[in-house]
Amino acid sequence: MLNQPARSLGVHIILIAYSALALGPILLVVMNSFKARNAIFGAPLAPPNATTFSLVGYAKVFKASLIGTYFANSLIVTLVSMFLVLLFGAMAAWALTEYKFRGSTALALFLSIGIMVPIRLGSVAILKMMRAAGLNDTLTALILVYVAQGLPMSIFILSEFVQQIPKDLRDAARCDGVPETRIFFEVIAPLLRPAIATVAVFTIVPIWNDLWFPLILTSSDSTHTITLGVQQFLGQYITDWNSVLAALSMAILPVVAIYVIFSRQLISGLTAGAVK
Amino acid sequence: MRGSFAKRTMAEPLSQVVASMPRGRFLALMALFLGPAVAIYTLFSIYPLIATMALSTYTTDSSGAYQFVGLVNFVTLLTDAVWSKPFWNAAWNNLVFFAVHMLVQNPIGIALAGLLSLPGLKLKSLYRTVIFLPTMLSVVIVGFSWNLILSPLWGVAEGALKAVGLGSWFAPWLGLPSTALVTLALISVWQFVGIPMMLIYAALLNIPDELIDAARVDGLGHFRIFWHIKLPLVLPTIGLVSILTFVGNFNAFDLIYTVKGALAGPNFASDILGTFFYRTFFGFQLQLGNPTMGAAVATVMFFIILAGVCLYLFIVQRRLRRYAF
Repeated sequence: MLNQPARSLGVHIILIAYSALALGPILLVVMNSFKARNAIFGAPLAPPNATTFSLVGYAKVFKASLIGTYFANSLIVTLVSMFLVLLFGAMAAWALTEYKFRGSTALALFLSIGIMVPIRLGSVAILKMMRAAGLNDTLTALILVYVAQGLPMSIFILSEFVQQIPKDLRDAARCDGVPETRIFFEVIAPLLRPAIATVAVFTIVPIWNDLWFPLILTSSDSTHTITLGVQQFLGQYITDWNSVLAALSMAILPVVAIYVIFSRQLISGLTAGAVK
Repeated sequence: MRGSFAKRTMAEPLSQVVASMPRGRFLALMALFLGPAVAIYTLFSIYPLIATMALSTYTTDSSGAYQFVGLVNFVTLLTDAVWSKPFWNAAWNNLVFFAVHMLVQNPIGIALAGLLSLPGLKLKSLYRTVIFLPTMLSVVIVGFSWNLILSPLWGVAEGALKAVGLGSWFAPWLGLPSTALVTLALISVWQFVGIPMMLIYAALLNIPDELIDAARVDGLGHFRIFWHIKLPLVLPTIGLVSILTFVGNFNAFDLIYTVKGALAGPNFASDILGTFFYRTFFGFQLQLGNPTMGAAVATVMFFIILAGVCLYLFIVQRRLRRYAF
């Protein structure tokens, strides 16, 4: 049997190697986006230095695309969807777990279909509906679809959290004669804050990153989200490596920044309930 | 007095309040809480699914009018060589894509979770954060980045292989019909390995310490504890990971579309049901989009997913329940 330090060294070597594999490609792209063209090809693995540093790619991306608009669109779509998914999801989760009524189990089952069946299978009809309603090529169409897509998972997750809230809390409020709606909005909803991280991982990140619905529901440049905008830009400028690397980095960096800031909450949200 | 009564019998006050509520008020309350979620979900998720299935039994004539044709679209899709060849090709590729995830992604995820859950491991949260990072990125970004890295033009992958003396192994993997699909699947594995890792890690943390301590007292090493005790206990989670992997396959469109375009080249070698559905429904280059055939493809995909989920719910999960703790 190996002794303790040697074995723990082995474990660290494996984990460091895998971490390098996970981080390497991202670092490589971001690093090279700050370099001049011949340095990108001449020494791809070298970090930018005083002679090779260049922002020419970023300048081109800003000039040739509406990247600011894409960002704004993604922010609007994601934040509005997130707010509605959390609000409606929490309300439904509360009603389904707190008040057992005839048909509540059936309703919960009905709502959980969406966890397993990808909503994009209904794309043909969604596109027809949006065209008929005059919502084609609007951010509203994207938000409606994303809220419908995010609700089943968020209801599922939030129900687990609602169940963990001590019963005494709401019963005490009830005994004081507080109406049911106020019990939810003033007692329960604030307690669901830790669930936001878990819901975010499972429903908000996929919304920000989605390519499919922007691709079929938005056609003009001014309604593209960042994912679709960057995808189209990359396709157009595929031979211009500076611009491609810069566009990729601009899509990567905000996500990485937010992830690093919130990683503790996100990861504890993912392993929710596990840490006793 | 009432307060202490409420504490002793926890379920009572709720049923009292609800029972004493007029029926109309209770219905109004439920409509308020459940209405928005049920309405949006039904209108934009369930209704489109049903409407798509209904649409798959129609066809459009030259004037654009819809005509009911029953199951003709499905017969065409499965038997007419123009449709059935690309369909079966895409279905097979989907299966390969799934198999690579099951054989590579999930074992690596389990192994990483096992290492991370070792007692007393330092820097554990740093490793978790870094390994999970790619999962947060858009598939578009990941696909394109790997496209650049594996490109012979840039030569980063080739250089890396040369550095370890394997330069002759390099090939433009994404461009060769024989390797494109597996390479794409491995890119996807690279990105999403964090999900099985996290779910299984969470399940491993849930195992009662007494079980592990008992095994340690009996003299079992870390590896044997993991293999004989922890792994059987997290089988339900592995089942869940498997079904998530299966459903996730049908969303792999984004990656293929980003790296290979709607034509899923070379020569449809990386075509999966998602890209096939997109081309059928939306059209590409010379082929016009065909909503009714697209609806038929979506319906077939729905039934494949349904079969997978039922298999999981009724067979895999039921068996595994016995080990649940």
